Amino acid sequence: MKLKSLVYPAALGLSFALLAAEPSWIPLAEDGLHDPESPAIKLLQEPAEALSRLPADNVGNKVSWIEALREQYIEPRTNIFPETKIEILDMDIIMENTGELPLVMFPHRPHTEWLDCKNCHDKIFVEKVDANPINMFAILSGQYCGQCHGAVAFPLTECNRCHSVPRSIFTGNPGVQPQPAAN
Amino acid sequence: MRIKSPPAILPSRLRVRLVLILSLGLASLCLIPQAGAEYGDVVLNRISEANDMRPVIFPHWFHRLRFRCKVCHGELGFEMRAGSNPMDMGKIIDGQYCGMCHNGQVAWSVDECHLCHSGKPGLKTGIRGSNQTGGPGRW
Repeated sequence: MKLKSLVYPAALGLSFALLAAEPSWIPLAEDGLHDPESPAIKLLQEPAEALSRLPADNVGNKVSWIEALREQYIEPRTNIFPETKIEILDMDIIMENTGELPLVMFPHRPHTEWLDCKNCHDKIFVEKVDANPINMFAILSGQYCGQCHGAVAFPLTECNRCHSVPRSIFTGNPGVQPQPAAN
Repeated sequence: MRIKSPPAILPSRLRVRLVLILSLGLASLCLIPQAGAEYGDVVLNRISEANDMRPVIFPHWFHRLRFRCKVCHGELGFEMRAGSNPMDMGKIIDGQYCGMCHNGQVAWSVDECHLCHSGKPGLKTGIRGSNQTGGPGRW
């Protein structure tokens, strides 16, 4: 009995401690992709060296890329050709066909800070509200949002980041929103 | 008043040990999130090994620290699907695809073969380190 009273809190404590542990990145030589014999191992930048300095996240690269960009931890180039037009669109779209889940709020701004309009329109999404039969099956098989989310952008385990507007508090109309949320 | 404890299904010492092992097992799952590639790493081996070179490992994380998605996927014309960009060293030396930057001016030049061709032999083309759904993680 005495042993048990020690073991349960200890195991629970250990689990919490490990959950709250600092994010870690696997060295290139141990990642299962790079050949440890390759001369590149000594020369290439290690993920931990670069990513540990950026705002943390608990999924993907363990980096909040949106925050890293917004807070100017990084300043990635927007173009190579001087004539390329850089467009940022500040427009939110609310999607309502989400069953019982919270509504989806799609913010153009953080997307257009990384991507060009033509990366999505009209190849992945027709540029018209209600014209895209988006559903989670298609997304999970790599279509629509799943083209990036699940590959390089935050993974599909993070339901609430897209399904972010509770039905009970939304009083407006779905589609293009008159005022973009501060994001 | 004393309440009688319910009859144990397993001997208590065994139960304690089982709970401990399960807790440690769960905790170690949290500790080692994914033994393997960094999220978004791409293996390119359509023609590398057939030409006696190691597969190419393309790290998305390294590049997005320095460039926005729109540079490569907009200006340079990279399709967003591993294996669907028909590049070869001829085109790269010609300034297409990776060669737009890997020319000794923006980034290291193509004569540093081993910096890109750094993968383990036998790897298949595709995105690694990402979620294993039916989609992009399997491309």
